[in-house]
Amino acid sequence: MLNEEHKTDKKSKFGKKAKKIIETSRAQGWVLEPDAKEIMTLAGLGVPASVVTDSMTTAKQFLKDRGAPVVIKAVSKKILHKTEHNAVVTGIKSGDHLGNEMERLLNLDGCKTVLVEEMVDGIEVIVGAKNDYQFGPVVVFGIGGTSVEIYNDTAIRMAPLSPDDVASMVDSLTANQIILGYRGRCGINLEILTHFLVNFSYLVMDLEDKMESIDLNPVMCTKDKCVIADAGIILQSAAE
Amino acid sequence: MAVIGVSTSQDNHPANVIYNKNHLRYPVKTFPVNPKGGMLNREPLYTDVGEIDEHVDMAVIAVRAEYVSSVVEQCIKKDVGGAIIISGGFAESGNIEMQNRLGDMAKEASFPIIGPNCLGIYAPDYVDTFFLPGERMIHPRKGNIGFVSQSGGVLVDQMVKFAGQGIGVSLAVSIGNKAHIRENDMLDWFERDIGTKVIAFYIEGFEKGEGREFIKKAETCTKPIVVLKAGKSKKGMAAASSHTASLAGDYRVFSQIMKQHCVAEADNEYELTSFCEALSCFPKGINGNVGIISLSGGHGVIAADACDLHGMTIPDLEKQTMDTIKANVEPGIQNIVSLVNPLDLTGSAIDSDIVTAARHLFRDPNVECIIALLIPYSPGVSADIGAKLSQVARNEGKPMIAYVPNEDKYSIIIEGFELNNIPVSSSVDGAVLMAKALKRCRPC
Repeated sequence: MLNEEHKTDKKSKFGKKAKKIIETSRAQGWVLEPDAKEIMTLAGLGVPASVVTDSMTTAKQFLKDRGAPVVIKAVSKKILHKTEHNAVVTGIKSGDHLGNEMERLLNLDGCKTVLVEEMVDGIEVIVGAKNDYQFGPVVVFGIGGTSVEIYNDTAIRMAPLSPDDVASMVDSLTANQIILGYRGRCGINLEILTHFLVNFSYLVMDLEDKMESIDLNPVMCTKDKCVIADAGIILQSAAE
Repeated sequence: MAVIGVSTSQDNHPANVIYNKNHLRYPVKTFPVNPKGGMLNREPLYTDVGEIDEHVDMAVIAVRAEYVSSVVEQCIKKDVGGAIIISGGFAESGNIEMQNRLGDMAKEASFPIIGPNCLGIYAPDYVDTFFLPGERMIHPRKGNIGFVSQSGGVLVDQMVKFAGQGIGVSLAVSIGNKAHIRENDMLDWFERDIGTKVIAFYIEGFEKGEGREFIKKAETCTKPIVVLKAGKSKKGMAAASSHTASLAGDYRVFSQIMKQHCVAEADNEYELTSFCEALSCFPKGINGNVGIISLSGGHGVIAADACDLHGMTIPDLEKQTMDTIKANVEPGIQNIVSLVNPLDLTGSAIDSDIVTAARHLFRDPNVECIIALLIPYSPGVSADIGAKLSQVARNEGKPMIAYVPNEDKYSIIIEGFELNNIPVSSSVDGAVLMAKALKRCRPC
């Protein structure tokens, strides 16, 4: 009973906050990366340490505290596909470099703040969701990165997922050895991955009537964690 | 059964074809109806279904689209059990409104309607509403496959294929434009039908959320489900705004979800046929570890290649399995047989060698299913081999699939298998597809 209450409480808290974030994103039809990551955090999924700021001092302090390297990204309602607008800079190690790039990003269309994040490494995977016309919310998982659309080595399952579904998704990938580890290279912790995907699939069910699709690409996975390096949520248009 | 729309002047009108074949060749009592009245075969036509003074279980409606709704009203008034609407001219011709009204009428009155724009139903030896002259049709025998198709043409074609492979049908339904009765309703119906063991679908597409409903029903369904999907190409897919949307095209979503929930998706009509036959014998799935017995090395290799292509495994056998088989086959072949999977018992093997090999192959823990490639021209193979091997499979409790060329002179072997519930394919590839069906329908 106590457990149940705790659960409902947690869910309603998540629901309220997430709902508010989504409502404020309606105008542009998609959720800004820092907001999308907050929703993921509320759902219990890992994101990198970060700060959203327009102040050089704050950004530089973050670099100093967290240590190099960091990544900075423009936060702009006008920029959905950041790579195409050259709005992401990775591997920043010095305060000078940070300052120069931050200044450039702040001059991009609609950019008032930047997201400064610690850089995480690991095996790049894509985790996504789509509200399918015939089947409702589905989860996509596969080998991630920018060439994901070329290889399309992904598995699709109907949400919510069971741990067995995750196992069969991993199993069905052509490049599943990358995930399992090969030639002495460390793979991904499957227990953590399973937990991540199952949790994500329940989040997707909660957002069923709000989202059109979600991209977490890449999620950086190692033998001890899965961290979302980039997140985007496309909302359903009001007409739907 | 009332057939509404029978013509007094056109002998080949669909309603006349349906009336004639059922009236003359099936045990259903059939009443011809035409609102204009008149005579047919020296008998007066009923002008309204209400004039029939017996209870009517089913009406077949083949009048022009604009008259359909008033005929349906008459049927509802008469308390007819349900209707099949053959007439076209609805959503497929842009008359979506008219079709929706029909669906609403059916729901409101709880009056089941199949169609419009369909062929209706075919239940062997019972009733046949296909408007194809009986002499032109190839009828599959009565059996245990329930088949549902959005397309009438595909349905008839599949009946020909089923008949060719000796597969029997419990009920075939062409659901056409699906104004009221849809795939999910048929799934419910076939789940309850005791004459049906396998439920097969030809699906073009689901409506919003209908696929999820289908999966929910499939999860609790106690019978194997086979689907053949049309419309796999990417055309018509809107430009995707995210990676995920472009990676998860409509067909990939369909196909992978079917797999996730153990609905056996057939890649084409040949697979559909093989899948139905295999699953009607063995409703439980396997993981895909196949033992192969052949009397010719070539057949074994061809089958092993096909297994590999279709994602199945040809496992290594335990040493004990090979030793036991070797010790128990005839001394004459002990030194020439190859006991590595796929097994080659050679053309010198006799029945008892094949039975021995099958028995011990079944007992090997690595083997879940046997494909027996029986080339009946081999001199040591007797006419009893089908019945004998079936007995082994039953005793050992694992599935067996046989390949025997489909020739009249081998029919005694084929029947020996089939009458004992062991599926037989007329090609090596077909036998492999049957094993694939068992893998596709893996127990979750």
